[in-house]
Amino acid sequence: MAVYCGRACRKYLLHLAHDNVDFRLPEIKALLSLRNRPFDTSETFSEKSPFWQLKGLSEDDIRSVMSRTVCGKSSFELWGHGTTTDELRTSLLEYPAENMAPYLQQNSTYKINVYTFNKTLVFKDRIKKIDALDFLPFKGTVNLKDPEHIFCLLEDYGSDPNDIPEEPFHIFFGRWIADGQRELIRSYSVKKRHFIGNTSMDAGLSFIMANHAKVKADDLVYDPFVGTGSLLVACSHFGAYVCGTDIDYNTIHGIGKASRKNQKWRGPDENIRANLRQYGTESLYVDVMVSDASKPLWRKTAQFDAIVTDPPYGIRESTRRTGSHKDIIKPPEDFSGESHVPVSMAYHLSDIFADLLNFAAHHLVLGGRLVYWLPIYRPEYCEEMVPLHPCLTLISNCEQTLSSHTSRRLITMEKTKEPEDSDRLSHLADPRFTPYQGHNSFREKYFSGLTKKNGKDAKATPKNKE
Amino acid sequence: MKLLTHNMLTSHVKGVTKGYPLIIKATEVKVNELEFNAQFVSRMIPKLEWSALIQAAEWLGQSQDLPSALIPDYENDEEFLRKVHRILLEVEVIEGCLQCPESGREFPISKGVPNMLLNEGE
Repeated sequence: MAVYCGRACRKYLLHLAHDNVDFRLPEIKALLSLRNRPFDTSETFSEKSPFWQLKGLSEDDIRSVMSRTVCGKSSFELWGHGTTTDELRTSLLEYPAENMAPYLQQNSTYKINVYTFNKTLVFKDRIKKIDALDFLPFKGTVNLKDPEHIFCLLEDYGSDPNDIPEEPFHIFFGRWIADGQRELIRSYSVKKRHFIGNTSMDAGLSFIMANHAKVKADDLVYDPFVGTGSLLVACSHFGAYVCGTDIDYNTIHGIGKASRKNQKWRGPDENIRANLRQYGTESLYVDVMVSDASKPLWRKTAQFDAIVTDPPYGIRESTRRTGSHKDIIKPPEDFSGESHVPVSMAYHLSDIFADLLNFAAHHLVLGGRLVYWLPIYRPEYCEEMVPLHPCLTLISNCEQTLSSHTSRRLITMEKTKEPEDSDRLSHLADPRFTPYQGHNSFREKYFSGLTKKNGKDAKATPKNKE
Repeated sequence: MKLLTHNMLTSHVKGVTKGYPLIIKATEVKVNELEFNAQFVSRMIPKLEWSALIQAAEWLGQSQDLPSALIPDYENDEEFLRKVHRILLEVEVIEGCLQCPESGREFPISKGVPNMLLNEGE
């Protein structure tokens, strides 16, 4: 039954890329939340599907999401859909003609694309499908090169590449609105970046993190384990002013051995500021400093809009902090000779996260987000291992598998309460607030897992084990 | 180091209670022209300790005609915002040090980057 549908009840279709699948929903939700819009979808919603129907939104909301998302490939105003071509046809005939009319005008140009997920169609079959849509009142002229309006027929042939059905499970038809920002993954690739390190975050994930953190223009964003600044680069792309600290003098100053295969030493233009300059966002560079994250430098009332970071896991870059301790660890080799690297001690992984959450509780604005990676030993993982804090609400927890026994989880938390003095000691009272037990346990387990794989029974002992 | 950052830093030397603001001793200061963004400046002003900002500007000989107290309705005063923009983001300490006002401990600034690391037992 055709019912008049005003702007308010338009439906939209998101076509999502098929990687970082777990990270997609929190990203889209965060971007909608930037517009104070809820994520509202159909009853048949399946998170794993590449096609999501959205409702309760305006076209501006969709354009805004697409201007930020690296998970979303493209977006459409949904005109009809169904599980068969007949259902699609019925659905399209029910779509109000007055909503179609503005885009089917006689003096306009258009083209129709056919997209098939999990199946390849030969050219003539694509043409057949387009021809089958001629019951729609297209009055304009086809222009394949530069049309004013683009329409798309999207077919979902499921997710099993070894069992592709003859007919699609679901078919959608709509008017193309905007593409996502997946191009950023290529244009910001670390392969082309001036200054990289062993643990520079890949571009796609950096942007996903900035989106999970709801970073927006004119925000002040901080990374306490800034390394080569990959996360700051992504945040500055979205207009945020950025600052960071790191305990490693050489990385902050961009000196020492290079991480690139054919390069021995870092060049003069290799530092975080140069990275921002490379992408035209140098005006958003505030400062970087050499500092120990376990001893924060900020006055009590200093607050950031977001904290986005990738703390050390203790594998490729060891976890360190300054301080006196019985076990003296050899300071890293120092190319410049002039920097004073104080004696390092093992920074227990449990301390890193307890400190980070406590720091975020005090130094985020209310409503601000903390986004960080948590290394996980998969055989022992349970949800209770994710650290909590009374002032922070857990928003999402997305896994990226690194190996059969390790993964890392992108944790997003939002500050929902200002800390009181009692909160500072909460991590001592409740074991849930320090789920990491043992000394550098992740590093041990990572290496012990590796030696077991090599057929040895002995546990590996990392150099700086206590 | 920019003064926006300096305004938020405090001394974390063990036992120090009056470590703010850190005294700036600059041997090289640069002023870069940076795109003026009124929105950002307006957002940062409420986060600032105004008297510490004025003090820092004086240490660098850059206080020019900044008022000693925040003016009301600053969001709509472009001339004022431009002055704040300049002092927060365009003035940079390239070489020098930051000194803890209570303990006297100095933290070097080299190539614009402060080194805030403490030694064992500090």
